[in-house]
Amino acid sequence: MAEEKITLIITRQDSPDSPSYQETFKVNYRKNMNIISALMEIQKNPVNANGEKRPPVSWESNCLEEVCGACSMVINDEPRQACSTLVDKLEQPITIAPMSTFPVVRDLVIDRSRMFDSLKKVKAWIPIDGTYDLGPGPRMPEKKRQWAYELSKCMTCGVCLEACPNVNSKSDFIGPAPLSQVRLFNAHPTGEMHKAERLDALMEDGGITGCGNSQNCVQVCPKGIPLTTSIAALNRDTNIQSFKNFFGSDSNY
Amino acid sequence: MENRDFLYRRLHSLLGVVPIGIFLIQHLVVNHFAVYGPESFNKAAHFMESLPFRYALETLIIFLPILFHAVLGVYIVFVARNNVRRYGFFRNWMFFLQRITGIITLIFIVWHVWQTRVQIGLGNVELDYSLMEDILASPAMFWFYVIGVVSTTFHFANGLWSFLVTWGITVTPRSQKIATYATLIVFLAVTYIGIRALFAFV
Repeated sequence: MAEEKITLIITRQDSPDSPSYQETFKVNYRKNMNIISALMEIQKNPVNANGEKRPPVSWESNCLEEVCGACSMVINDEPRQACSTLVDKLEQPITIAPMSTFPVVRDLVIDRSRMFDSLKKVKAWIPIDGTYDLGPGPRMPEKKRQWAYELSKCMTCGVCLEACPNVNSKSDFIGPAPLSQVRLFNAHPTGEMHKAERLDALMEDGGITGCGNSQNCVQVCPKGIPLTTSIAALNRDTNIQSFKNFFGSDSNY
Repeated sequence: MENRDFLYRRLHSLLGVVPIGIFLIQHLVVNHFAVYGPESFNKAAHFMESLPFRYALETLIIFLPILFHAVLGVYIVFVARNNVRRYGFFRNWMFFLQRITGIITLIFIVWHVWQTRVQIGLGNVELDYSLMEDILASPAMFWFYVIGVVSTTFHFANGLWSFLVTWGITVTPRSQKIATYATLIVFLAVTYIGIRALFAFV
């Protein structure tokens, strides 16, 4: 019996500045294959559909269980994680391309630095260091913890930025993911003590006003994070913050 | 200047509803007097024309807000990279149509102001029923006005939806969904008023 093959059409790029091109590979089908295992097949035997030996396709992946966000790529026109995308559920031929919102390093490897820079910009952490033991922080209501937990599932995978029409080279919008992280850290009882700093960062250029309410982000988020709810909630918070800043408030921190 | 985006974008959102949206409804309701005959329209138009502080009202409530909204709006259209082909979600289409109708509305308003207010200001025409009757007698002009009015009312109603999000009024998905239906009703109602007035001139 002839072995069953699957066809992959991959958008490749040899270096950050070189032009991209498409290359077709045929790999042996196995049951329950995901995109990562299909790419591994190419790595084992890097011969394209024309029988030419080629440099193997580069990609990034870590956890292989859709929690690290490293293997995001555009598969059959849909940005998603290669690890949780099963070949059996895809139409053939399978097209694979890097997420075009980010700079391509090589083939399917992209540079998501801008997302981590944005997290730094909006101070997406909780400062707890002191010169002495500060003791336990305030308690968090269970109900709040439940919705905040959903926001904490963000793995900085970049799919929401890829789908957002306002995240592109013409705009400085930081994108939905870091916005939602501000809501997460502002919801934390200790993190709330630095709420104003984060909201002020969102009110800078490229911040929350970059959102045009296309709401693609919430549709494509692989973790089902209520990104548009976060953005609307932060719209309310930044508006109140701007009034506090201008008119003054004793609870402005 | 740096970090003025927030202020400008909030102002842009506010001005679209107050005063521009309010003015739009007022304008279309006054036009609707045409349905009751030329005399009725002329009386209403004359009342608006003879309002005290007319130039100040026109400048502060109509001209400057629309100018600001238009200039920033064209910039907003420019920075988007529309992707409805890949992401055909309802809200993404609304996002796209908001930008398309924004441009159509701008072209329509520039033409409309030139044809009416500027010509009246230059003393070339009189503000009365026959002015619009003459303009709308041409079928091409009539359909240009129909498209212009529908584009404007869509841009207003959908803009009202995003106004509610931008100002943090509708936060939950449920409230945003209900706002979608509510603004759809606004769109249908305001469009009806506007289009019915246009048909009264032909």
